[in-house]
Amino acid sequence: MPSTRELRLRIRSIKNLAQVTKALETVSASKVRRAVQANKATQPYSEKAWKVLVHLARQPGHNSLHPLLAERKLDGRVLVVMISSDRGLAGSYNVNILRETLEYFREFEYPISYVAVGRKGRDLLIRRRKDVIADFSNLPTPLAFNDVSAIGRLVVDDFLADKFDAIYVASTRFINMVKQTPEISQLLPLRVTYGEDHDPATTHATKSVFTYEPDQNELLSEIVPRFTALQIYQAILSSQASEHAARMVAMRNATDNVKDLVGSLQLEYNKLRQSMITSDMLDIAGGANALAQD
Amino acid sequence: MPIRCEIVSQDRIVYSGDADMVILPGGDGVMGILPHHTPLLTVLQYGIIRVREGSQESVFTVAGGVAEVQPDQVTVLADAAENINEINLQRAEEARVRAEQALKAGAGKDTDSYLKIQAALKRSNLRIDAARRYKRAR
Repeated sequence: MPSTRELRLRIRSIKNLAQVTKALETVSASKVRRAVQANKATQPYSEKAWKVLVHLARQPGHNSLHPLLAERKLDGRVLVVMISSDRGLAGSYNVNILRETLEYFREFEYPISYVAVGRKGRDLLIRRRKDVIADFSNLPTPLAFNDVSAIGRLVVDDFLADKFDAIYVASTRFINMVKQTPEISQLLPLRVTYGEDHDPATTHATKSVFTYEPDQNELLSEIVPRFTALQIYQAILSSQASEHAARMVAMRNATDNVKDLVGSLQLEYNKLRQSMITSDMLDIAGGANALAQD
Repeated sequence: MPIRCEIVSQDRIVYSGDADMVILPGGDGVMGILPHHTPLLTVLQYGIIRVREGSQESVFTVAGGVAEVQPDQVTVLADAAENINEINLQRAEEARVRAEQALKAGAGKDTDSYLKIQAALKRSNLRIDAARRYKRAR
């Protein structure tokens, strides 16, 4: 049976903890808003970029246009870019993306390497003795496109050097405040099709051949890697929004739990205090009785 | 028939509307795009985009990027772009001075920071040029 002093201390320390989680929740809430905004801001650019790419890919003989566009036979190694967070306390956010990734690639008979974006994911992968070839942790916030171009370059170079036959990106798609789903998509070779929500008014049915300036090869080696980096950029932005949302929800739950916990501890404390007072009273009454009899 | 023109940078839509003619700083030189142009894909240099519609002309700076031309539309994917009217000349000049000083202070060549400063310098020079040339006319 704990003493009243101990109980009092425990209640106080739990209340302090609640202040911390409450603060984290508030901070995360504003971060989600900013991350979602950043994500939305890049949407027009990537939509247009994607459209250009689709037009390109519909050209006759696109398989030979650029090696990044050409489908390969999968008989070698696979690289997965896994996006997680640098910090913990985000509920099951990091575990979810890891579980989804491992599950997705369990059936693969080819060796799989990983590029970890985010410290938590890297640690989880290393603990499971996965092959992590590169680690991009502590990315700056707000994230600029230039910050991820290094990841894009690494991925494209390794792909072109035939080190890998396919490259995937595992990220968490932000749907709303309470729902974020882990998602795995193929990055390279680029699978070029229209998204579900494209606007038919701005797409072109013509299959006429492009004129290129300066020349086809130079141009394609300029833009195709850039679009790859763009996709990674968007995946990271979406994941960051998810991370903050997940943290916010986790922290809100923690704050709510504190209320329950403090309630039950307070009850215990009050019971203890009451029983102490009762026994004190009995003692005094007993003492007074004994004196009166003398 | 007008041509649809859209200029987007990585973080926003800079311009979207119809135009009679679009003038772009293409990879091999400045080109004017009229409606019914043959499909074209080009890289963009640092320079100025002019969008003409009737007697109106809007001027934009562009810091590199890609442009796709279709018979009835021009899509500019700019690394960075802004309307000339958004340029704050004083700030651009301050930025130029800062960049020049930083270069003099001697960042090592071919390092990331050197390239970054150089790009910043290029950008502010472009802004200043554009603002001086086109703003006064208005």
